[in-house]
Amino acid sequence: MLYIPGNNPAMIQQGGVYGADSILLDLEDAVALNQKDAARALVRNMIKVVDFYDAEVCVRINHLSTPFGLADLEEIVPLQPSAIRYPKTESPEEVAELLKIIEKIEDRHRLPHNKMTLHAMIETAMGVQNVFNIASKFSRVDAITIGGQDLTADMNIVYTPDGVGIDFARKRIIMAAKASHIDVIDTVFPDVNDEEGLRKETEYAKKIGFTGKAVINPRQIDIIHQVFTPTEEEIRKAYHIVKEFKINTAAGIGVFAIDGKMVDAPVVARAEYILKLANVTVG
Amino acid sequence: MKPKIAAQSGTFESSDVIFLIEPLPDNSGRKLEISSTVMQQYGESFNRIIVEMLDSWQMTDIHLIAKDKGALEPTIKARLETAIKRSLEQQEGTL
Repeated sequence: MLYIPGNNPAMIQQGGVYGADSILLDLEDAVALNQKDAARALVRNMIKVVDFYDAEVCVRINHLSTPFGLADLEEIVPLQPSAIRYPKTESPEEVAELLKIIEKIEDRHRLPHNKMTLHAMIETAMGVQNVFNIASKFSRVDAITIGGQDLTADMNIVYTPDGVGIDFARKRIIMAAKASHIDVIDTVFPDVNDEEGLRKETEYAKKIGFTGKAVINPRQIDIIHQVFTPTEEEIRKAYHIVKEFKINTAAGIGVFAIDGKMVDAPVVARAEYILKLANVTVG
Repeated sequence: MKPKIAAQSGTFESSDVIFLIEPLPDNSGRKLEISSTVMQQYGESFNRIIVEMLDSWQMTDIHLIAKDKGALEPTIKARLETAIKRSLEQQEGTL
């Protein structure tokens, strides 16, 4: 997911060419307070005409407690981007209130309530504490994300490259997402010149369960894709497992072995997930 | 409508356009100063977009300065809308 400042026309019009799975047009932290109106108008006009190719387009609005949040919703909801990303989500009550406003706007524009989804950003200690209820109670919340910089600020700690201060939050958010069967996206890696650090952090993010990672610079996209995309060997192995599973299931055999290793339901589920990521079907 | 205050939007960066609007005395009409780095290729459409938008907002007694650095149509429209709304004090921004 590539963050693009909402008040930068050059970056927005090129946003689709870098191969990110998702584009996030940011009306929040990337926009100066005295340019919020300009960014909102720019994003509204750009979304209508710019081709972002296959990328999902999300818009991060300002929090409803600011003077900008409601105006953002009024202008962005009618355009029905793939998702609205809501910053500093702290409670399910807050999400319910937000959805109520979104649905009122959708009703006014005769739009369905089930097209555009919501990404809840968890960026405060309170949000981390309430994350399962935020992730699980609303069908429109299809992803949660962690905002590392704001979270460390809220915790009065310093963000360090090893991420130790937010490790508990990362894992709690992941569990909430997994239990709710929704996506969970890791925070940005702020040092665009440290490619090794980015790779290391992304490998860790994948290992503990994140399904994606946000980036602040197109240069970071390739590394994240390399880490998250299954390797050819992983795909071959997964294909073999699922194929054998189908053959054995048809023969009435539940548990079987491949190369001397037992294959049961969790192994098959993991293999199916890899094939889904690789967009491969077993005939 | 007539601008209430002087207002600005946009930047001098590439792919952007900057608009400056200020009110003129009553019955002055429109005074437009338009320049673009791509005037030769796209000057006509740049002018057309500006005039159409000023018409749709029924803007009069207005001095408008536009300096374009190759902005696309949605950027031109967004920046001009912002400048107009700021000049009408419909929204706050910066000068």
